[in-house]
Amino acid sequence: AMDTDLSSQDRKDLDKFIKFFALKTVQVIVQARLGEKICTRSSSSPTGSDWFNLAIKDIPEVTHEAKKALAGQLPAVGRSMCVEISLKTSEGDSMELEIWCLEMNEKCDKEIKVSYTVYNRLSLLLKSLLAITRVTPAYRLSRKQGHEYVILYRIYFGEVQLSGLGEGFQTVRVGTVGTPVGTITLSCAYRINLAFMSTRQFERTPPIMGIIIDHFVDRPYPSSSPMHPCNYRAGEDSGAVYPSVEDSQEVCTTSFSTSPPSQCVFTVTKAHFQTPSPVVTDTLKVPVMGLAFSHQLSSSRLSYQPAALGVGSADMGYPVLFAGGLNAAHPHQLIGPGKEGGVPPVPSQPAHGTQADQERMCTPLDGVHYSAATPSSSEDTETVSNSSEGKCGSPHDLLETIFIRKVGAFVNKPINQVTMANLDIPFAMFAPKNVELEDNDPMVNPPDSPETESPLQGSLHSEGSSGSSTGNTHDDFVMIDFKPAFSKDDILPMDLGTFYREFQNPPQLSSLSIDIGAQSMAEDLDSLPEKLAVHEKNVKEFDAFVETLQ
Amino acid sequence: PPAGPALVLPPGAVPVMNCRAEVLEVSVEGRQVEEAMLAVLHTVLLHRSTGKFHYKKEGTYSIGTVGTQDVDCDFIDFAYVRVSSEELDRALRKAVGEFKDALRSSGSDGMGQISLEFYQKKKSRWPFSDECIPWELWTIKVNVVNLANEQERQICREKVGEKLCEKIINIVEVMNRHEYLPKMPTQSEVDNVFDTSLKDVQPYLYKISYQITDSLGTSVTTTMRRLIKDTLAL
Repeated sequence: AMDTDLSSQDRKDLDKFIKFFALKTVQVIVQARLGEKICTRSSSSPTGSDWFNLAIKDIPEVTHEAKKALAGQLPAVGRSMCVEISLKTSEGDSMELEIWCLEMNEKCDKEIKVSYTVYNRLSLLLKSLLAITRVTPAYRLSRKQGHEYVILYRIYFGEVQLSGLGEGFQTVRVGTVGTPVGTITLSCAYRINLAFMSTRQFERTPPIMGIIIDHFVDRPYPSSSPMHPCNYRAGEDSGAVYPSVEDSQEVCTTSFSTSPPSQCVFTVTKAHFQTPSPVVTDTLKVPVMGLAFSHQLSSSRLSYQPAALGVGSADMGYPVLFAGGLNAAHPHQLIGPGKEGGVPPVPSQPAHGTQADQERMCTPLDGVHYSAATPSSSEDTETVSNSSEGKCGSPHDLLETIFIRKVGAFVNKPINQVTMANLDIPFAMFAPKNVELEDNDPMVNPPDSPETESPLQGSLHSEGSSGSSTGNTHDDFVMIDFKPAFSKDDILPMDLGTFYREFQNPPQLSSLSIDIGAQSMAEDLDSLPEKLAVHEKNVKEFDAFVETLQ
Repeated sequence: PPAGPALVLPPGAVPVMNCRAEVLEVSVEGRQVEEAMLAVLHTVLLHRSTGKFHYKKEGTYSIGTVGTQDVDCDFIDFAYVRVSSEELDRALRKAVGEFKDALRSSGSDGMGQISLEFYQKKKSRWPFSDECIPWELWTIKVNVVNLANEQERQICREKVGEKLCEKIINIVEVMNRHEYLPKMPTQSEVDNVFDTSLKDVQPYLYKISYQITDSLGTSVTTTMRRLIKDTLAL
């Protein structure tokens, strides 16, 4: 692009605008995936430091990572800045959810005024970004993070890589701003089906099982207060950088309403996998722990049902920590300052750059510690080396699990146990509950849309039941039903299909069972003539009574 | 030589500015009306509000800072971002509340529309009053549905949430076209372009009105003009 028409001052300004726009873009995206509601104050007096006249906090860690990725360059043709958002489960599997791309194309707008129009349009574009970051599927997932999974971000600069998003990803355009040196475009490509990809696309990192299990064992469940946030400790060296949250930032908490827990434990449907040959014993332990983990999860969710609070992560004040110092190729764990509903705001952080006194930001939880990963921490090196070995990962063994249906009153005989096969499948917590029936439920899937058969249906029917038209490729896929974050209890869903299936064969009432029933029926029949005679005698009384009712 | 066809107006004719009009439609349950309307209106106003202007000497001005905050809906699986201004939020809630009440009491099939109009004031000489010239009009058509059971309501929560996501994307698309916006005014003209009555943000001048449609499709309720302006003036 010829920029001879642009004055040098304008050029300098434009470069500065683009640079800070890129940094603010990253802040908005990452903050929108922290799992908390964001709240900043308007200020009528300009402070001079609020770029684009918008109050967007600068989390130092994030700025640091963005600057590192940009390495002094600006987005240009073929050099895009990308923010990758991915999900990582407690068992170590990860999946890319979104790629946000800030790109520059060659279409120049020479006439436009840099210091005025471009600046205002960049401001408008940031507002659009604020709005759009809340409407892609990853937003709700990120609001729910903490127990089974966390959301990570990674910034890279260069060519956009969309292959990790799976098939059929969708794109939404946030907006464009023309400048004299090119047109800035901001867009997001996001995964739409959470269908499970084949194992080679995973990075099997050591599971963070210890932490998760400890949460559920140690976490208190007072009836009226939210859960305590996790504790994390400063890393070994001073390389760890912590988020600094200004006192003035109000962090809003949410309260969700959940439906009361129902009696059935959630079911996990079976899916077929092409599994690599099993790896040895220690990975076999993982499924068992995973199972225990998920059971604990459901029981802990059941007991944790205080009236006013829901199961979203936001109202529990689940923190999202910032892991400092990981290299650019590795996703960063998003963790922020912890808080609970009644806890006073986070103490103000020392000025940027002084890390010696980084104290804990959250109140300690018994026995649970997060280590912020640093380049030198051992957890990190383990991670890196594991991911560089083959990604064949762990086997997906079939395991038995037992679901006990609670027995209602007046039931003839108890239903003992319904055994179902469970799998150590990654993202098991996302596995649908009887999606087959849901697919057949006309309220969910209106019957007259045959073309839109999603891969969802294909993989569910891969067991052999009818309906699959998508072939063997979907045998690799497990259906993961995406439940929105703050609408209902995700552990005990009770949609119509599930309800129907669970209760279509209730146990017989004891009074209806043959022997007892037959007896009383015979007695009833015998006593009928007698009863009729009595009633006939009293017919006048009955009539008078009916009169009084009219 | 002339470059091309020229626009020749008859004497006395005044070119009328085109007003950009956008229409959105939603079907919601009764209890979702307020949140759905607020989500759309706030999203539009987020894009159509700036920080407060502070004029300095020599005709330059500085702009205050606009804060934002997340809002979770209670009856819809949805969240949106709004400008951090309690005054603005109150004004919108009041308008939406009245719209919802009118819908409910109209006894019709539950159809209506609420409009958000951005306008500029054009001062006229006495004895003529100031003109309000709209430059952007957003209309949200609402269809209220009645649901029979909890299961349907749950599905409605999700579906309406998805629909609102689409609406937000539509709104952002319109905003991104960078079409006509009023020129930045001088200090003397600022009240003809912006609503300067709020203490923390400065939206473009706007008014909200609504209509309820009866089952024959005709509107039966008169529109309410200047609702918000009057409220704020108090």
